[in-house]
Amino acid sequence: MNVLQRLFRRRSPPSREIAKERLKLILVYDRVKISPDLLQTLKDEIISVISEYIEIDREATEVTLQPGKKYSRLVANIPIIGTRRRDE
Amino acid sequence: MPARVITITSGKGGVGKTIATANLGVSLAMLGQRVVVIDADIGLRNLDVVMGLEHRIVYDIVDVVEGRCRLRQALIKDKRLPDLYLLPAAQTKDKTAVSLEDMVRLCDQMRDDFDFVLIDSPAGIERGFRNAIVGADEALIITTPDIPAVRDADRIIGLIESEGKRLVRLIINRINPRIVKRGDMLDIKDVVEVLAIELIGIIPEDEAIIISTNKGIPIALEGRSQASLAFHNIAHRLLGEDVPFMALQARGFTERLGRFAGFLRRAG
Repeated sequence: MNVLQRLFRRRSPPSREIAKERLKLILVYDRVKISPDLLQTLKDEIISVISEYIEIDREATEVTLQPGKKYSRLVANIPIIGTRRRDE
Repeated sequence: MPARVITITSGKGGVGKTIATANLGVSLAMLGQRVVVIDADIGLRNLDVVMGLEHRIVYDIVDVVEGRCRLRQALIKDKRLPDLYLLPAAQTKDKTAVSLEDMVRLCDQMRDDFDFVLIDSPAGIERGFRNAIVGADEALIITTPDIPAVRDADRIIGLIESEGKRLVRLIINRINPRIVKRGDMLDIKDVVEVLAIELIGIIPEDEAIIISTNKGIPIALEGRSQASLAFHNIAHRLLGEDVPFMALQARGFTERLGRFAGFLRRAG
């Protein structure tokens, strides 16, 4: 960068990167065509099944769609509190 | 050889379909192709205005479809070029005035008399779009480098591919090299990466387009601006030629300062 360019250099991060990430995420949801209702149902059932085997933090559990190189991904992020054996 | 029927569409409104249709029609005609451009935006016609032919409309596409005139009578010959015709839309009807079957029949009728049939699609995903795409073999998707336009383009591409049309290519319009350089505009790579279809053209933001629309003289006729060159390049690529994409130069601040200093020097 020359002197003048450095004087007028931007202070905030460029918005292009923000736009790119937002766009990728928006398209994942658009393309997969999973309705918010279906996503909620998936989340509830995943929580329900996992809870039979492990104690988890239901409120902090997240089930989201993520962009990926080859496939979009359904990602379940589940905090584990303790373990609970099934027959107790 | 029968004509190639190409729909120019986008999903999003206002990204440059009509201007692209007009200018691609002109560019192809300047290369000796027999071209007809069709305004499929019934009720909101604009292709006539962009081409500067609005004062010559006698019959329109709805008149043809409803049998009030023959196709030949409705086609307006652009006197500036050897073989370029316009089939205007109706202004007083709406998209339901023409059926899908009508459009297929119309396209078939024109296949023998032309090399290219370019259809200017309306915005949206409803009947107007479906009318515009049903008779086509190929599609050109126009988008601008911003989230709403790219999102809509993605949806449209999905719809077109589910109709079985495989030849779908992308034109990115209104690229502003200065803003891209600054990091505030999605660049070509970003858009092509997410839409994942073949890129056939890049059209830079160009003031000359506004002026050309004011005058009713498609910019491709005048050939001096970057946008004009971009349209001509797309026409060549449509004909199968391998034309490298223009390197769009951003006019940097210091470069502009240098030019101003040069002006001062000359004036002094």
